[in-house]
Amino acid sequence: MARRGMPILAAALSWALAGCGEGPATANNTTGDLPRSHADPQAVAGGDAARGRAVLAGGTYGCGACHAIPGIDGARGTVGPPLHAMGLRAYVAGRLPNTPGNLVTWIENPRLVDPRSAMPATGITRAEATDVAAYLYTLRTLP
Amino acid sequence: MRGRHVLGAVLALAALALAGCTGQQAVLDPRGPAAAHLAEFSWLLFWGGAAIFAFTMAMLAIGLVFTDWTKRTPPIRLVVWLGLAFPVVTLLALTVYTAAVGRWVDLGRGQDGGEPPLRVDVVGQQYWWEVTYHDGQGGTVTSANELNIPVGRRVEVHLASRDVIHSFWVPSLHGKMDLIPGRTNTITIQADTPGVIRGQCAEFCGEQHALMAFFVVAHESAAFEAWLAARRQPARVPEMPDLVAGQRAFLAAGCGSCHVVRGLAEGPYAAVGQLGPDLTHVGSRLSLAAGTLPNGVGPLAAWIADAQDLKPGNRMPSFHHLDSETLTSIARYLGSLE
Ligand code: HEC
Repeated sequence: MARRGMPILAAALSWALAGCGEGPATANNTTGDLPRSHADPQAVAGGDAARGRAVLAGGTYGCGACHAIPGIDGARGTVGPPLHAMGLRAYVAGRLPNTPGNLVTWIENPRLVDPRSAMPATGITRAEATDVAAYLYTLRTLP
Repeated sequence: MRGRHVLGAVLALAALALAGCTGQQAVLDPRGPAAAHLAEFSWLLFWGGAAIFAFTMAMLAIGLVFTDWTKRTPPIRLVVWLGLAFPVVTLLALTVYTAAVGRWVDLGRGQDGGEPPLRVDVVGQQYWWEVTYHDGQGGTVTSANELNIPVGRRVEVHLASRDVIHSFWVPSLHGKMDLIPGRTNTITIQADTPGVIRGQCAEFCGEQHALMAFFVVAHESAAFEAWLAARRQPARVPEMPDLVAGQRAFLAAGCGSCHVVRGLAEGPYAAVGQLGPDLTHVGSRLSLAAGTLPNGVGPLAAWIADAQDLKPGNRMPSFHHLDSETLTSIARYLGSLE
C-alpha cells in the first residue's frame, strides 16, 4: 500500500513545484500571462534583435548614456527612464500606444511625437531604430 | 604525434593571448619608428629570456639524470663559463643595445637638416587634454582630447600640467612621458601609417583617471594641412532657426563662462571661458569628455544633462535644470559645430 502511494505523492509534488520555475521569459511566451501590449520582436517587421543589441552596445547614439538598458554593458544612464520590460509596456514614453511602429518612430525621432521631449533625435537611421526596437521587445522582465 | 598536438595547442593558446595585442591601443602593434624599436626591444628580451630559461631547465635536467657525467665535470668550469662569462657578455651587450634604443627612440635628436617637426602643446588637467597646434608661422589652434598629426613627419609634443601629474601614453607610437606641474617635458612622436589610434593617461591622477583618454588621428600630409586650415576657422555660424536657437540657449545657459567657441567672443554672454575644452569644432571630434562617450547629438545631450553621473568628479556640472527643449537644442547646436 505504502509502495503504491509513492508515485502518486511524487506526481503531486512535481505538480506543486511546477509553479516554482520562472518559466522562459521569451517573446513566444504569449500563453499564460499575456503581456499588456502584444508587442512581439517578430512583429517588428524587418527588425533584428541581435543587430539592435549591437547598435546599443556600440554606444554611437548615446542611448546607454541616458538610459539603463538590460543586457547592454555600460548602459547605465539616468537622464531618461530605464528601458526594462519595454516588451511589456502599454505606452511608449507615456504618449503612444506601444506598437512596433510607434516605438520605431519614437526611437528614430522623438521630436515628431513631442518636440519638448528631452530625448533628442540622435541621428539613428530608421533601419537601425527598427533593429533596436526588436531588441527592446525582447526585454520582458522587471528589475 | 602527441608532441605535435601539444605544440599545436600551445601555439593556439599563444595566438589567443596575443590577439589582444593588436588594435587601437597596443604596445606590440607599432605604428611609428619609436614604438617599432621598443617592440623589437621587448621581443628580444622575451625570446632571450625564454631561451635562457629553457637552457637553465635543460641543465637542471642533465644534472639530475646524468649524474655520472656531472660528477666527472669539474664544477669550476661551469661556474666560470656559465655563471660568469655568459652573464657578463650578455648583460654588456644588452647595456649597449639599451643605450642605442634609448637614442633611436629619441626622434627629436639630430635631424636638423630635415623638415622641422610640427609643434603641439598638450596640457593635461583633471580629466582631459588641451591640445594646441603651432602652424609654424606664429599662429596657434586650440582643441581638445584629440591629436591630429601628419604621417611621416615628426611631431614635437610639449607636455605640461595644470594640476596634478599625468602621463601621456600612445602605446602604438612611443613610451610614456609624464606631465609635471611647473615644468614642460617634450616627447617627439611620429606615425608612419594613417589611421586612428588611442592614447591614455598613464599616471593615476584622480577619480576619473580611467576616463582620461584621447585619440591620435594620423592623416596623409595634405589631408592634415586641410584639417588644420579648417580648424583655424572660427565656429560655423548657424543658419537654421533651430540651430540659431540652440546657439542662443548655449550662451544664455552660461556655457561660455567655461568654454571657448571662437567667433562668439562678443556680447554679454561671450564664450571665452578657460576652464573647459574649446568647443569651436566639437562636432567633428571623435569622442566626448576624453574618450568617455562617442560623439553625436544623443551623447552630447546626455553629457550636458548628466556629466556628473557619467564621469563623477569631473569639473563640469550636470545641467539637468535646463528645460528639455533647451537641452536638446544646445546638443543639436554643438553637434553642428564641425
Ligand atoms: C539625452 C538623453 C537621451 C538619449 C541620448 C536617448 N534618450 Fe531615450 N529618452 C530620454 C528621455 C528623457 C525619455 C523620456 C522622454 C519623454 O517621456 O518625453 C526617453 C524615452 C525613451 C523611450 C521610452 C521609454 C518609456 O519608458 O516609455 C525609449 C524606448 C527610448 N527613450 C529609447 C532610446 C533609444 C533607443 C535611444 C538611442 C537611440 C535613446 N532613447 C536615446 C532621453 C534620452
